[in-house]
Amino acid sequence: MNPKGRAAQMTLDILMIEDEPNIAEALRFILTRDGWRVDLHHDGMGGIEQIRRCRPRLVILDLMLPNRSGAEILAELRAESDLALARTPVLLLTARGQGAEGGQQADIVLAKPFANDELRATVRDLLD
Amino acid sequence: MPFEALVAGCLAYVALMFAVAFAADRAAARGHVRWLDHPLVYTLSLSVYCSAWTFYGAVGYATRSGLEFATIYLGPTIVCAGAWWGLRRLVRVARMHHVTSIADLISARFGKSNPLAALITLIALIAATPYIALQLQSVRLSFEVFATDSPQGNPLQGIGLWVAAGLALFTILFGTRNLAADERHHGVVTAIALEAVVKLLAFLALGVFVVWGLADGPVDMMRRISAASRDAEFSEGWLLKPDRWTALIVVSAAALVTLPRMFQVMVVEAADEERLHVAGWAFPAYLFAMSLFVLPIAVMGRHLLPADANPDLFVLTLPIAADRDFLAFLVFLGGFSAATSMVVVSAIALSTMISNHWIVPGWLALRRRAAGNDRPDEDTRDVRGFVLNARRIAIVAVVGAGWVYHEASGGAAALAAMGLVAFTGMAQVLPAMLGGLLWRGANRRGAYAGVGTGFALWMIMIFLPSVGVGVMPGLPADIDPLAFSIFVSLAVNTLAFVGCSLFGFPDPVERLQGLSFVSSVEPIRHSRMRQSDDRAEPLLAMSRRVWGADAALRFFQAEAVAQGKSGYLPDLTPRFLTRLERKLSGTIGAATAHAMIDRVAGGAALTVSDLLQVADEAQRAKEETQRLESATTELARTATQLREVNEKLTALSVQKDAFLGQISHELRTPMTSVRAFSEILMTPDLSEAERRKFAEIIHDEAARLTRLLDDLLDLSVLESGRARMSYGVVNLHDLIVRALSSASATCPERQFTIDRDIPTEHLAVITDGDRLLQVLINVISNARKYCDADRPVLSIHVRRSAGAGAHIDIIDNGSGIDGARQSLIFEKFSRLNDPARAGGAGLGLAICREIMLALGGDISYLPGQGGAAFRIRLPVKPPLNSGASSGE
Amino acid sequence: MPERPLFLERASFRRRRLGDAARILPVLAALVILAPVWWVPALVSSGGGATAFFVLWALLIMAIRVLHRALLRAEAATMRAQAEAMHDDDGPAARDKDGTHAV
Repeated sequence: MNPKGRAAQMTLDILMIEDEPNIAEALRFILTRDGWRVDLHHDGMGGIEQIRRCRPRLVILDLMLPNRSGAEILAELRAESDLALARTPVLLLTARGQGAEGGQQADIVLAKPFANDELRATVRDLLD
Repeated sequence: MPFEALVAGCLAYVALMFAVAFAADRAAARGHVRWLDHPLVYTLSLSVYCSAWTFYGAVGYATRSGLEFATIYLGPTIVCAGAWWGLRRLVRVARMHHVTSIADLISARFGKSNPLAALITLIALIAATPYIALQLQSVRLSFEVFATDSPQGNPLQGIGLWVAAGLALFTILFGTRNLAADERHHGVVTAIALEAVVKLLAFLALGVFVVWGLADGPVDMMRRISAASRDAEFSEGWLLKPDRWTALIVVSAAALVTLPRMFQVMVVEAADEERLHVAGWAFPAYLFAMSLFVLPIAVMGRHLLPADANPDLFVLTLPIAADRDFLAFLVFLGGFSAATSMVVVSAIALSTMISNHWIVPGWLALRRRAAGNDRPDEDTRDVRGFVLNARRIAIVAVVGAGWVYHEASGGAAALAAMGLVAFTGMAQVLPAMLGGLLWRGANRRGAYAGVGTGFALWMIMIFLPSVGVGVMPGLPADIDPLAFSIFVSLAVNTLAFVGCSLFGFPDPVERLQGLSFVSSVEPIRHSRMRQSDDRAEPLLAMSRRVWGADAALRFFQAEAVAQGKSGYLPDLTPRFLTRLERKLSGTIGAATAHAMIDRVAGGAALTVSDLLQVADEAQRAKEETQRLESATTELARTATQLREVNEKLTALSVQKDAFLGQISHELRTPMTSVRAFSEILMTPDLSEAERRKFAEIIHDEAARLTRLLDDLLDLSVLESGRARMSYGVVNLHDLIVRALSSASATCPERQFTIDRDIPTEHLAVITDGDRLLQVLINVISNARKYCDADRPVLSIHVRRSAGAGAHIDIIDNGSGIDGARQSLIFEKFSRLNDPARAGGAGLGLAICREIMLALGGDISYLPGQGGAAFRIRLPVKPPLNSGASSGE
Repeated sequence: MPERPLFLERASFRRRRLGDAARILPVLAALVILAPVWWVPALVSSGGGATAFFVLWALLIMAIRVLHRALLRAEAATMRAQAEAMHDDDGPAARDKDGTHAV
């Protein structure tokens, strides 16, 4: 998919913003095994900057984050002037049960806990 | 009497004074102030007026000038005749404003102006230095009288230094023990009252001995006095001069209220103005008793002793000549008491003035310049320690200056006039003081002009000639130079004061203070403060630095309760600010307190419309009847309570909604990891290491789930009151040690400096040790997690609280919790800035609170301690009902 | 009922007159102490004069004491009268209760 010469600045497939280290670990393991390039950010603060810098093809965003909620980051992303960036697909994870607020702007909302296969299928749908 | 016996007796007496002062301070600290506050103690403490100058000098004075010696006692008698409406009013107004000295009184009245106070401090210091030297001299002379029959050389080298050093030590020990909000020194006052008794007894004993022992009873004595007054050679100066008579009475009347030491005992040390009901007649009676035998002693001394005997020492030489050793010793102690009490009280009064009006304002100004003006809350240093040290230094300086003067003057007779010089100097403050109390039109410019010109004239006409610098310009022979100087300086002073007051216009603060002083109504501070709660915390932090943490918290809590609020932070109402400022000014003086509050609370300058509004308020407050007023405050308190409850209910209902969401989040998060990893484990191609790692994660997350469920269960049991407590006697020290070691598992990589006072921790309490340990671990772990200081310090202080069990303060040096969140931290799931990372579910403090309530104590957040601070209060014994439930 | 306010007035009247006396006392004291010396300095300077002066001084102190005690008593009486007057204003119920107590 990517020319060899650009290997150093390969585009990232997925940026994950999740503060729970164990959940992040599980997601990274599952998605990396499927061949996606995944990067991780642990905090709500600086999340939007990280998206701007990496320009991932998909953002997996936790709703409950320290310092800055996932909903805020999502709203900010959708308001970006760079339209390509603003349209980045977003998979929102929530532990608040179904119908959490702030989910309207996300492409899809997944409630925790989820089946691994469900997550893998969703990611594949969004990226392909 | 052998000299060694005299010295030994004198030392024993000094030791007694230290013991009495110490015992009185102890009693006062325990709250036993009833007998300390007795009007008689107050009256006796006023006798500090009778210094060594009057004790020894009165007889000499009477020998030279006859009845004129009595002027020094008559002036105060006239003032006391007006005690009911005059002195009472002075004391009431001064107590209302928490005035710390005469300089502070005048500065407070004239718009809280510090330069004015500094000027008055200067006058007081100049006047007092030779006066203190005079006391040291009198002690030295009285020792010399005894030492003349001592064979070995001159043992008196440096006795002045020893006396000065001892007095400075006494004053520092008992005059600067702590910085109370109202400057009272029970130890010093009680010691002085005892010294007053010794003074009086000594003098009366000598008088009785002279009249009945040396003469043949009162009739014979009167005959001798009449004969002496007819003897032209003896009674050369005895003819009274009406101008001197009047001038001296005026000056001594003024001295009673303006001398720093008199102001200290009469106004500052007074609990309230009721004391004057007794002192009003008892103090003149004391003075009367002190002067009753002066003429007899003078006449008999002149009669019996050699012609070259110093009449100033008749009181000592008469009993010695009659071989009455014990009487002589008693008189010596009386004179010693007179000298020492004067020096001690003067040193306290002057050191307060010097530190409050010279050193502290200067220091604050320097620091403000250093801090660059834009960081008003930045000064975190302990003001209290600085002020106390400033006072100690000032005491040493004041007593030291007296000693240096004494040495330099070589103990010349020139010192004898210094009593009157000091009186006349401080009398220059009288016009400003009287005007300030009686006339609303008096203003700062007038006060400067009056005090300034009075000071200058006094220096030129009285002080400088008395120390031998310059001479009084020649006057016609029939005009008495002292009376002339007194009248002229006071008249010009008064004219300047009135004149400049008429042409000046006072600023609003000054007009407000004028209203309060003249009509003795509670002053009301301007209401231009920003009315937001978050300024209360810096104010608390500031007060803490002045009074110490406990006193400041007590005051703030009491004010909050009076407003119907809970917690430690009252609303910044004008009423509260006024009370805070006055209480602060009781410690550091009006001008400094005003400046500090303005700086911290960000008060704006007062405008005329504010003034009108405030004047209206004052007027209304005055007109309201007591009942109406109390009904209104009751209503306001209820309203505040209602508002607070309402706010809390609203916040709670929002929290209740959030509660389910929170529970869901807290349960689902570990569940997600468990499910994800167990599904991963089901896939075949995993290395053994991966498998073990994932199983470990599943195990940890399951444990976390269990913990959460345990917490929830614990909380619900505690909340429903069904928790069973098992009470026993526990040592708080052991609990704290265990809590610290358990909590060190939290964030083990962080190195904390622990600040403890181990001896105070050994305190046995009856409580449930395991539950209390749970609370301690929780609070300490929180500090380890959230304290964001680079070099984290955790202070743990255990204190037995008066009649209310004990409390444990746990304070870190991080950035603390801001005001809005302080009331929420004990609610469920109210984890603050850092969810998840810390690993807890946000139930810890809620559980702590429930535990403490079940134990009959509580846990609260202490604002303004320079970091997050929790106070865990334990009751004396566990509550009865839960004791019953534990028996079920 | 009508006596009570009268009593209140009398008590406060007495207190006010005593207050006036307290104001005059220091002026009087100053006169007593200053006038003789201006008037007949030689006489006061003599032995007999000094004795008389001390007697005068003692009388003055006694006057202060007497006045202060009277003022304290008057103040207490006024407070009592005020308290009683307020008690009466509590209405018939309170008075009836007092009545039964008296019986």
